[in-house]
Amino acid sequence: MKITCAQAVLEALKQEGVEVVFGYPGGAVLPIYDALRESTIRHVLVRHEQGAAHAANGYARTTGKVGVCIATSGPGATNLVTGIATAYMDSIPMVIITGQVPVEMIGRDVFQEVDITGATEPFTKHNYLAKKKEDIPRILKEAFHIARTGRQGPVLIDIPRDVQEALIDFEYPKDVNLRGYNPTYKGNYKQLKNAARAIVHSKRPVICVGGGVISGNATDEVLELARRIKAPVATTLMGIGAYPSKDPLFAGMIGQYGAYSANKAIEEADLLIVLGARMGDRATGKTDEFAKGADIIHIDIDPAEIGKNVSTNIPIVGDVKITLRELLKFEIDREDWDKWLDMVEKFKDDESVIKSHDAEGIDPISIIKGLSSFCSDDTILVTDVGQHQLWAGKYFEINRPRTFISSGGLGTMGYGLPAAIGAKIANPDREVLLITGDGGFQMSMAELATIKQEGLDIKIIIFNNSTLGMVRELQQHQYDERYYGVEMVGNPDFSKIASAYSIKSVKVEREADVYPAIQKILNYKGTVIGEFLVDPKANVIPVSRRCSGETHIRSIG
Amino acid sequence: MKHILGVLVENNPGVLSKVSGLFSRRGFNIESLAVGVTEDPSISRMTIVVNGDGYIVEQVTKQLNKLIEVIKVEIISDDSVVRELALIKVSANASNRNEIIQIASVFRSNIVDISKNALTIEITGDDQKISALVDMLKDFGIKEMVRTGIVAMDRGNRIIKANN
Ligand SMILES: Cc1ncc(C[n+]2csc(CCOP(=O)(O)OP(=O)(O)O)c2C)c(N)n1
Repeated sequence: MKITCAQAVLEALKQEGVEVVFGYPGGAVLPIYDALRESTIRHVLVRHEQGAAHAANGYARTTGKVGVCIATSGPGATNLVTGIATAYMDSIPMVIITGQVPVEMIGRDVFQEVDITGATEPFTKHNYLAKKKEDIPRILKEAFHIARTGRQGPVLIDIPRDVQEALIDFEYPKDVNLRGYNPTYKGNYKQLKNAARAIVHSKRPVICVGGGVISGNATDEVLELARRIKAPVATTLMGIGAYPSKDPLFAGMIGQYGAYSANKAIEEADLLIVLGARMGDRATGKTDEFAKGADIIHIDIDPAEIGKNVSTNIPIVGDVKITLRELLKFEIDREDWDKWLDMVEKFKDDESVIKSHDAEGIDPISIIKGLSSFCSDDTILVTDVGQHQLWAGKYFEINRPRTFISSGGLGTMGYGLPAAIGAKIANPDREVLLITGDGGFQMSMAELATIKQEGLDIKIIIFNNSTLGMVRELQQHQYDERYYGVEMVGNPDFSKIASAYSIKSVKVEREADVYPAIQKILNYKGTVIGEFLVDPKANVIPVSRRCSGETHIRSIG
Repeated sequence: MKHILGVLVENNPGVLSKVSGLFSRRGFNIESLAVGVTEDPSISRMTIVVNGDGYIVEQVTKQLNKLIEVIKVEIISDDSVVRELALIKVSANASNRNEIIQIASVFRSNIVDISKNALTIEITGDDQKISALVDMLKDFGIKEMVRTGIVAMDRGNRIIKANN
C-alpha cells in the first residue's frame, strides 16, 4: 500500500521510538500536520518555533532520547535557528523537520522560501534537503542514527511540500550505510596502557568531566575511576551532574565563574584526566596557563576536540564509557601518598565570600541553597542564562546526571522556560524547577501558554534584579561601572502575567520570607511563578581573599 | 607552509558548499580547490591546497572528517605528481606572434586559439612552471588568464580509496 511521504515521516518517527514532537504549523508543513492529526505521536504546540527547539533539547537532555521538533518553511525555519545552534554547541541529539516550498519553486525566492540547509550548515551535525520522495525513509533513518551516535548533535531535514504529499511504498531501512561516518568507540589499547602508567606514577591527579560523560552514560565509570585513583573531580558547566556534588572527591566547577577549589586543583595537578569535555575557553581561561604543571590525558569521542584547545600528552579517541571500562581493567589503583586530597579539601575552605556592599535585596545564593535543601536528587533543575545560572550551577547540589539542564556553549537567553517544558513532558512524575532571570524569562515567556495548554506543573523561580545582571557585572569590572543598556525599566508585574494565564504566583521581597515561600511554592500542585526580588548588586565573581576568578576576570559574558 | 589534501567525498549536490563553508568559518586558508568525479561515479575527489602549520593541517583534516559526506582525507606527499592547467590569452600581432609561439613551445604548452591580435596558450604543469611562463608572457600583455587549481596524486602504489 502506498502512503504519503508525510505519513512515512511519522511512521519513521514511530519506529525510532518518538512519542512527542514539539512544533508550530504553517503552509509548507500542512501535509505533515494532517498526518500528525491521525498519528499516535503527541504534538505539543509551542508559541514560538525557538521554543519548540529548546523544548526538544530539554526533552533530549533529560531522557537521552532524540528530541524532535517541526516548523514550517521560511520564518518558521529561521525561528528555529537559535535553538538549533544551542543544541549543536552542547551536542544534544535532535532531529529537526522543516517544510520547504515545492521542489520546482526552490531558488526563485517564492513566498516563505529560505535556504535553511545552507543557513544551518555551520551548526548542524548534518542536514538534508529531501528533494526525492524515495529518499525519505533512508534520510530519516540516517538522521536519527547520526543524531544519536558518535558525538551527538542536531540533524535537520528540509522537506518540500510536494514531496510530503507524494506517494511511496514505505519500507523503513534496517541499517544505515554511511561510508563517511564511522565513529571510533574503542580507545586505542596502547594509549590506554600509557594512560594507566601515567595514572599510577602521578602524585596529584585531577579528573575533569564534561557533558560527554553525561551523554555517554559514563557516570558510574567515572565514580569508580575517581575512587580507585584517589583523584578529585572537577566539572565543566556541561559536566554538572556527571559527578555527585555531595561526594567528598567533588571539587566543583572549573573556569572563570567556577569554584576556587576546582581551578586551584587543576593549577596544582601533575596529571589531568579530561573526560568528554571540549575544554572550551570558558572552562580553561588562558590556555597557555591552564594546567601548566600537568600531563594531560584526554578521552573524547570527537577526535577534532582532542588537541584543539589544550595540547594533550595522551590523546584517546573513543566512547567514554567503553574506553573507561577498558581503562578500569588496568592496575590503576593508587594511594594518596602526598595528602593531595587533604590539600584540595583545604582549597574548598578558602572560598569565603565577603559582601562588599550593603545588600538591597535578597541574597541570591540563599535562595539557591534553600531550593536545594528542599529538593530531592531526582529534581530536574533547568536554568536560563546569566548570573542566576552560575549561582545555580555552583550552589545547587546536583547529584545525578541529566538533572542540571542549562545552555552551556551558546549561552542562549530564553532557553530556560521552553527547555523546562520539554523536561517536564519527558518526566511528568518528577519535579521540574526552573531558575531564570527577569531578562531571560521575558525572552520566552509566551511559552507560559504552552504550560497552561498542556497542564504542566513547573516551578518557575524568577530572580528579579530588574537588571541584565550578568552584563551589569561585566560593565562593573571591565568598564569601570559605566552601566548602559542593562536596566530593565518597564518590566511587567510578573504576578499579573501569571494571573493572565491563570497561573499561581508568589512574590518574595524579604530574606526572612525565602524559606517559607520556597516550601509553599514546592508544595503547591501545579505551576507557580515565584518571583524573588534579589540584590541587584550581587556578583557571581566572589569578592574574597583568594578570588576564584582572579586569573580570568577579563572575559566576555 | 603549503599542504595538499586529497579528499574523497560523496558525489552529492551541496557537498562542495559544506566543504568550502567549513574552511571559511574556521578561518582556514584555501589556496586552491579542484573537484571532479572519480573512477567510482558516486565519489568525487577534491584536491585542496591549504596554507598553515601542523596544527592547522591537523584541524583541517579532523574537521573535514567530521563532515558526514567526506569519505576520506589524506595528506599528499611533497614528491607526488602535481598538475594544474592554465589558459592564458596574450596580446599578439604579426610582429611578435612568432616570438610568443617559440616561448610557448619551450614550455611545451599548446596554442589552442589564434586571432589577429591574440593567442591563447594552454599549459599544464606545477605552479612553478606556470608562473614562469606567465612571467615570460607578461611583457606582451596578458589579456585574460584562468587556472584550474592543482590536482595531485601520489606516486607508485599509494592510492586514496574508500574503505568499502
Ligand atoms: C539571546 C541572548 N542575548 C544576549 C545575551 C547576553 N547576556 C548574557 S547574560 C545576560 C543577562 C541576563 O539577565 P537576566 O536574565 O536578568 O539574568 P541575571 O544575569 O540578572 O541573573 C545577557 C544579556 C545572551 N546570553 N543571550
